[in-house]
Amino acid sequence: MLSCKEVSLLTSKSMDTTLTRRERLAVHLHLLYCRGCTRFRDQLQFLRRAAQRSSKTLSAGTVRLPAAARDRIQAALRRER
Amino acid sequence: MNKKSHPHTDPNTWLDQHGDALYRFALVRVRDSAVAEDLVQDTLLAALRAHERFAGQSSELTWLIAILKNKIVDHYRRHVREAPLPESEDPDGLIDALFKKSNDHWLTVPAAWQDPDTSLENSQFWQAFTDCLQGLPARQAQAFTLTELDGLGTDELCKVLGVTSSNVWVLLHRARLRLRECLEHGWFGNEARDR
Ligand SMILES: [Zn+2]
Repeated sequence: MLSCKEVSLLTSKSMDTTLTRRERLAVHLHLLYCRGCTRFRDQLQFLRRAAQRSSKTLSAGTVRLPAAARDRIQAALRRER
Repeated sequence: MNKKSHPHTDPNTWLDQHGDALYRFALVRVRDSAVAEDLVQDTLLAALRAHERFAGQSSELTWLIAILKNKIVDHYRRHVREAPLPESEDPDGLIDALFKKSNDHWLTVPAAWQDPDTSLENSQFWQAFTDCLQGLPARQAQAFTLTELDGLGTDELCKVLGVTSSNVWVLLHRARLRLRECLEHGWFGNEARDR
């Protein structure tokens, strides 16, 4: 029987690669009776959706390139041209 | 400067038009404003040297972002080379504390998050999310952002971070455990119920 620590690692790994048949079966059996690991799996999928959205949300954010850096970069570009 | 007279791309306008977007893109990933500024500069200099090759097939910003992505990966590689000593992956013992010593089952069972996707529409959630991401140990944050924001696969990640694939999976696992824990306390805590 796998522990929650092992199953949480396999669940995470399954987001990045294909598990072996044996691993998949072991995880499946564990999730049948483990509420914590089932929530963990769902929340990992949420984290993925959130991360994908964050890359859009944050690139549409209001943070601006600081003025001093802008001047410095402008000067570097002028030197290069 | 009439943009229409430049059918392809005009380097004079890059900084004004795309400086902020490039900076934000870099800042989310490297989490250090000085480094992000340098990356924007390196990107624009590289673009300047290569701008005859800009074919206009993609938008100017997409093209600049592609260059910036390479610069970010280079930055991570350099970072790995310059800091060969592995930092502690669990500096505060958080991950050890998640599971029972006796049998490695959850010490505190993850709580149910009520309808988490509605949070994606809440700007305060993004503050909490960013704070949690910033709280990750550097390697874990790199592994997580390169995987989830930039879609790098395990093989590419191994090369960038200079580790084996099982190391990559452990790094990602730890990053996710930490992020989950941080969001539960920092965001879902008030509404999460162990039902
Ligand atoms: Zn479990």
